[in-house]
Amino acid sequence: MTQATNQNDLVGQLLAGFQKFESQLNGATGSVHSLRKKALESLDLAGLPSTKHEEYKYTNITKAIEKTFSFDTENTSTQIEPQEIEEFLIPGLDAHILVFLNGVLDPSLSRWEAEAGLEIIDLPTALKEDSEAISKHFAKYADYNRDAYVALNTGFSKDGSFITVKANSIIEKPVVLHYINVVKDGQVHNHPRNLVVVGENSHATFIESFSDVGEHESLTNSVTEIVIGQSARVDYYKLQNDKENVYHVGTTQVQQAKNSYFAAYTFTTNGAITRNNLNIDLEDEGCESHMYGLYLLNGKTHVDNHTAVDHQKPNSFSNELYKGILEDKSRGVFNGKIFVRQDAQKTNAFQSNKNILLSDQATVNTKPQLEIWADDVKCSHGCTTGQLDEEALFYLQSRGLGKDNARALLLYAFAIEVLENVKLEPVRKYLEDLISERLRKDF
Amino acid sequence: MSKDDQILEEFTSKEYEHGWTIDIESEQAPKGLNEDIIRFISAKKEEPEWLLEWRLNAFRTWSEMKEPLWANVSFPSINYQDIIYYSAPKQKATPKSLDEVDPELLDTFKKLGISLEEQKRLTGVAVDAVIDSVSVATTFKDKLAELGIIFCSFSEAVKEHPELVKKYIGSVVPVSDNYYAALNSAVFSDGSFCYIPKGVRCPMELSTYFRINAANTGQFERTLIVAEEGSYVSYLEGCTAPMRDENQLHAAVVEIYVKADAEVKYSTVQNWYPGDKEGKGGIYNLVTKRGICAGDNAKLSWTQVETGSAVTWKYPSCILKGDNSSGEFYSVAVTNNYQQADTGTKMIHIGKNTKSRIVSKGVSAGKSQNSYRGQVHVMKRAEGSRNFSQCDSLLMGNNCGAHTFPYIDIENKSAQVEHEATTSKIGEDQIFYCTQRGIDEESAVALIVNGYCKEVLNQLPMEFAVEAQKLLALTLEGSVG
Repeated sequence: MTQATNQNDLVGQLLAGFQKFESQLNGATGSVHSLRKKALESLDLAGLPSTKHEEYKYTNITKAIEKTFSFDTENTSTQIEPQEIEEFLIPGLDAHILVFLNGVLDPSLSRWEAEAGLEIIDLPTALKEDSEAISKHFAKYADYNRDAYVALNTGFSKDGSFITVKANSIIEKPVVLHYINVVKDGQVHNHPRNLVVVGENSHATFIESFSDVGEHESLTNSVTEIVIGQSARVDYYKLQNDKENVYHVGTTQVQQAKNSYFAAYTFTTNGAITRNNLNIDLEDEGCESHMYGLYLLNGKTHVDNHTAVDHQKPNSFSNELYKGILEDKSRGVFNGKIFVRQDAQKTNAFQSNKNILLSDQATVNTKPQLEIWADDVKCSHGCTTGQLDEEALFYLQSRGLGKDNARALLLYAFAIEVLENVKLEPVRKYLEDLISERLRKDF
Repeated sequence: MSKDDQILEEFTSKEYEHGWTIDIESEQAPKGLNEDIIRFISAKKEEPEWLLEWRLNAFRTWSEMKEPLWANVSFPSINYQDIIYYSAPKQKATPKSLDEVDPELLDTFKKLGISLEEQKRLTGVAVDAVIDSVSVATTFKDKLAELGIIFCSFSEAVKEHPELVKKYIGSVVPVSDNYYAALNSAVFSDGSFCYIPKGVRCPMELSTYFRINAANTGQFERTLIVAEEGSYVSYLEGCTAPMRDENQLHAAVVEIYVKADAEVKYSTVQNWYPGDKEGKGGIYNLVTKRGICAGDNAKLSWTQVETGSAVTWKYPSCILKGDNSSGEFYSVAVTNNYQQADTGTKMIHIGKNTKSRIVSKGVSAGKSQNSYRGQVHVMKRAEGSRNFSQCDSLLMGNNCGAHTFPYIDIENKSAQVEHEATTSKIGEDQIFYCTQRGIDEESAVALIVNGYCKEVLNQLPMEFAVEAQKLLALTLEGSVG
């Protein structure tokens, strides 16, 4: 009972903040604003999920948020020197860079050039213009009735970006979205929102990266919707190398049209509690999607990856590989859902989750779930949890490697199965360095 | 319409073969559930005071609980006040031999192909036959008694071995465990009790046959098996039920208590009436089955073949508390027409070096939904635990569904846990191969499905394996995906 009332308090606090939020909109009300209100109504009705909620059974992020954050304070200043963000950039990557400070796009730190077919607009501007392109897609896919955190984000959606790729264009440079929370003076919470629309026969790469500057706690509740046109191809990276007092709830909602291709790479190497929702709707035939994930957790880090692939039409293919290494008191949660609808004959869907536990205090909760309504399909899933092979370790030691090095090498070999799928060379190099250093130092 | 569809059609229109009702006068309680009904049941069965209190306590717990809705099944909500909670076949005296048993009852068994005499003679199986809640015949009792084995109906056990019943009832499935277990604890009618003393290896398979017979009677069986240190028993349970239009509730509880170095093998073939091909009628089978390996090196094995019931909600579980104990779960679940099955297991690893193995084979046809829901939980102190799970689904036709919900929770680094699942249909090439070797399509499907389920069927004792194969053939022959 106490939990329920506490939660109402939290939702109450959040809803109370909405009036202040409304006053900051400067009368910029339109179709989006009624949507915000509807989303918050749904939030008010459902409340934020506790562990009683099946989807949040192992991740009590609501309670953690309630304990850690107070929502009656303003976000603190975003004073930051340009060189302070340098360390977050991926070295050697020639890219369009968007920098968000506390969820708000900062034009002075961002740098993107004009590239044929690519259009990047600040979300407030896009919402004000309320063009046909945005009203057609905005908040049409991430269902706020399904997840209270999406409802929360939708209710407070103001800042973020609207990115469009025109049909028949190949965007050479990846678009990198750096979310930097400046928590030097106090805690920060924000709800960034992105909409990416990729036209027919196009190809683009997007990278979302999350980091913090300062000592205080931060909460990011982001939603990114990606709409992929016919025969288009999108690569999407989510890089999370936050501090241990960073809370993150993120939903990525992907809609795939006929013969399109989508690949998601999720790397989580730090944080307090991280919850990633990756939902992919394969709306037509011939789609292909890949999901790769790697989480390296130590300390008390808690990472929860939820993925859902919905095969709605025939002849689609999906492949999923998530791997985790868990040390200390960390906890890894994985829930992969594959739905194969009645129409989706000749579907091939594969799913695999593998974990290494290095400590008795670490916990893995995994639930690879298949729901199939079509008969002519090939679906399989597998998951394993275990520890390092003693014999392999012994072999390496017998060849002159120290135990720590041997261990790091074996763990790296475990991780490489995911890493080697990263196609962007500088990103792969960056992750390889980051991961091998982490494995040597913290595991 | 292709040939495949035709065969499918043929198979799906097959009527339930074991459907019939026999007139036996029963002594019934009035409809509904309240404390008076529970007192009535308890008084009818001449139960001691403590058991009545236990029932009443369960009833109070149940009244405060809510029906669980998480299972992947849907059925109209049950009106618990519209059920008759007690009905017993009228008999003048407890029969001393088969000759004294109501000939109509014996006829019932004959129709099912389970003649008591024949079984006695040919297979050496002791049968405790339960018809509508009261045991009518118990065989081989003397032989078992020589070894100190107690195998009798639950109510008999309450009268003759109250100390054992009192000690173990509710020790594995507590009253408050879940909604249906609480309901069962409040109103259980009868069931079987089995006690194997220390170091005794039960020389024969113990078996009970259950049947629901009087209309509108919920069956609330309660089975309790206690295996003392170093003992062994293989226990069989099987059921068929007559055709019925109204849904019937079956909420049984099975508790198994396995002490150190003991082994219990529990096998069941379930063929309750599944409803007709429009999904009308059929039994709701909402069962709680759980065993505990309380001592070191204990072993518990569940094998089930599920072909019946409109709704199945059943998760035979093992609590592996003793070090080096092991649990096994082998299951074949076949659904057809509008049947819904949500079944699986729980393996709770508490002791060190505990092992578990899960093999689940689901076959769905028609418009049925078949779900595997299982949990493997390795607790912190369960050093060196090992689990292997495999759940395969076979789909026949494109109106059915197969679902897998495996929960895997690991809290110990030395645990090794593997889970595998696949979903597929019978390959055309497999069928083609068989047909070109002169095997007709129908037999080919039976052959392939039998092969697919072999890993589980092999676990069944001989007599049961034959029956299970017959059941599979009855349910599945001719269905080509």
